[in-house]
Amino acid sequence: MSNLLEVNEVSKNFGNFTALNKVSLSVPKGSIFGLLGPNGAGKTTLIRVINQITMPDSGSVILDGEALRENHIRDIGYLPEERGLYKTMKVGEQALYLAQLKGLSKTEAKARLKYWFDRLDIGDWWNKKIQELSKGMAQKIQFVVTVLHEPKLLIFDEPFSGFDPINADIIKDEILHLRDQGATIIFSTHRMESVEELCDDIALIHKSNKILEGKLVDVKRQFKSNTFEVGIRSNNQPELKQELAQKFDVSDAYFKTLENELKLNIKLQDSQKSNDLLGFLASKGEVSHFVELIPSVNDIFIQTVKNN
Amino acid sequence: MNHLPLIIKREYLNKVRNKSFIIMTFLSPIIFMALIGVVAYLTQLNNDKIRLISVLDESGLVKDTFKDSEHTTYHVLEDMSLDDAKDLSKETEAYGLLHVDKIQDLKNLSKHITFYSEESPSINTISDLENQIEAKLTNMKLLQNGVDVDMINASKISVEIAQESFDGQKTSKIDSVIKIAFGGALGYLLFMFIIIYGNMIMRSVIEEKTSRIIEVIISSVKPVQLMLGKIFGTSLAGITQFLIWTILGFILMFVLSAVFGIDLAQVQTPQQQMVQQAMENPELNMRIQDVLTAFYNLPLLNLVLAFILFFIGGYLLYSSFYAAIGAAVDNETDTQQFMMPIIMPLVLAVYIGIFTVVEDPHGTVSTVFSFIPLTSPVVMLMRIPFGVPIWQQVLSFSILVGTFMLTVWFAAKIYRVGILMYGKKPTYKELIKWIKY
Repeated sequence: MSNLLEVNEVSKNFGNFTALNKVSLSVPKGSIFGLLGPNGAGKTTLIRVINQITMPDSGSVILDGEALRENHIRDIGYLPEERGLYKTMKVGEQALYLAQLKGLSKTEAKARLKYWFDRLDIGDWWNKKIQELSKGMAQKIQFVVTVLHEPKLLIFDEPFSGFDPINADIIKDEILHLRDQGATIIFSTHRMESVEELCDDIALIHKSNKILEGKLVDVKRQFKSNTFEVGIRSNNQPELKQELAQKFDVSDAYFKTLENELKLNIKLQDSQKSNDLLGFLASKGEVSHFVELIPSVNDIFIQTVKNN
Repeated sequence: MNHLPLIIKREYLNKVRNKSFIIMTFLSPIIFMALIGVVAYLTQLNNDKIRLISVLDESGLVKDTFKDSEHTTYHVLEDMSLDDAKDLSKETEAYGLLHVDKIQDLKNLSKHITFYSEESPSINTISDLENQIEAKLTNMKLLQNGVDVDMINASKISVEIAQESFDGQKTSKIDSVIKIAFGGALGYLLFMFIIIYGNMIMRSVIEEKTSRIIEVIISSVKPVQLMLGKIFGTSLAGITQFLIWTILGFILMFVLSAVFGIDLAQVQTPQQQMVQQAMENPELNMRIQDVLTAFYNLPLLNLVLAFILFFIGGYLLYSSFYAAIGAAVDNETDTQQFMMPIIMPLVLAVYIGIFTVVEDPHGTVSTVFSFIPLTSPVVMLMRIPFGVPIWQQVLSFSILVGTFMLTVWFAAKIYRVGILMYGKKPTYKELIKWIKY
């Protein structure tokens, strides 16, 4: 699978402040790409470079095999984190205007807007002014405007903020639907559970540098520590714990169960196999819980940022 | 992709459809007319009152001097003391009491005239009285010295210098007045236009920032395009408003004079009087003719062309500043600090226009300031009625256009960075830094 977007060693300085330091990224076609990083890491600057809002000091951006140029504006749909609409303009007029700015003809824009408004069940908002709508309602319109011109690349910066769980779910489904139809999506958020749920690939930017990039599963594999979460029922739990500690790297674990088991995190050495551990445990008592600890994106995020 | 027409259209429609814009457009001329009406009515009220002035002349020299006029009547008191006269004046609610001491020496007498009144009298009243007494006393003194007053009057010669330029164009004093009025009006119009609609541009930029739509727009169009679209759209809305004002003004004037014909005639009392006098006086009749010739003598074609060009140039120059300021701040209260450097040259231009150009339209100061781009639109517009060589106009306009390009570039830089900056008010130092980004 080829890459829709290639960012090559992009740097950007604002005076003495370095916002991006030789950042490179590859976003595979048809994937959802999670762009993560703490506040002020440089995510927004990178997104603005991709949108040609900010010009990089050095480096290049390749979109679908071509160096980024003005015509590419219509190939990108961008939902910024700081977003809003003209308060005194009517919803329909405003959506038409924004669609035309993206290069759609008026009739085309009208037809597509009708489709999307019906799809999201907001058809009767057409003649309302934005100031009459709630924040979540306005967000829905912004989402429609972002995807309306069917761009190859969609960039969503915190797309779920301001939505109630029901609407957030609707938008999430729409994002997945767009991906299935062939769009490539860059997704920037601080809500790790939605990264977990949606993203195929992730990249982590910290202090202007990219410090992590790859398929989500690969990254997780890279971060897994061969640790197992174990629950075991035994008559003499302290004794069992001591016995285990002699053979393995053991620490206390905390998870909820129905019985009062011995709960441990057991880290295996490279030479030790999980089956050996399971066999050993089975011989000592009744195993009620045996799970390999896969690091969450949240853990990976915190661990990586702290280590840098 | 060129989205400029689309942006201009949106900005224009958005302004024109705005409720407060519509209300302002249609209400302003009515309010303005009503104000004129009220002022005229009040003046009339004031004029209708007839002032009574008591005169106690113990010397007996000037008491016959005073002639009742339209707004003043004189009541000459005889054979009473000053205190009695004062009491009487108070009782009769007279405006005041003029008292002349019992002195026969003409020269000395002038220092013994007093005006008593409840409140301090108006300057006009006093100087009117002074003039009348002076004329009377001077005449008497002349007679005393054995001079024939009739002969003096007969010997008076009034001089009026005819003016003609080297290439044979006749002008008159009226000419200069017309030129000053015309140039001043044009310069002032530009000044007002810049302030009103420049502010409107600034507010519209701030609105885009506070509503957070800016980043959405900027991902579709170049900031420069958005800025220019804003400037042009708002300017068109401004021109629309001005046109409506002019047309409404004429209609209102027409309706008012048709419905309240008599009232309006009284409203224009001073002009009306002048016209009446002109009709009676052949010499003044010539003057009216002069006004018209003076008007036609103006370099009209040049003026119209220059007005359009300098108006557009000057307005665009300043509005790009306004757009940049709007981009640099988050709300209107923060704009004050940056407004000063814009307003100063504008005010300076108007002052130079009013004081220096009137005094010496082709002097060094006037000429220099009609080339400096920040003041040239206003000053040049005021100078042109007096005849400015074409090369000067072309040069000044070229400088203006060059500066305009430069400021648009400069403003666009600040605009581009500023619209994405939220939170704190930038300093001048930071603005300079932004240009380098």
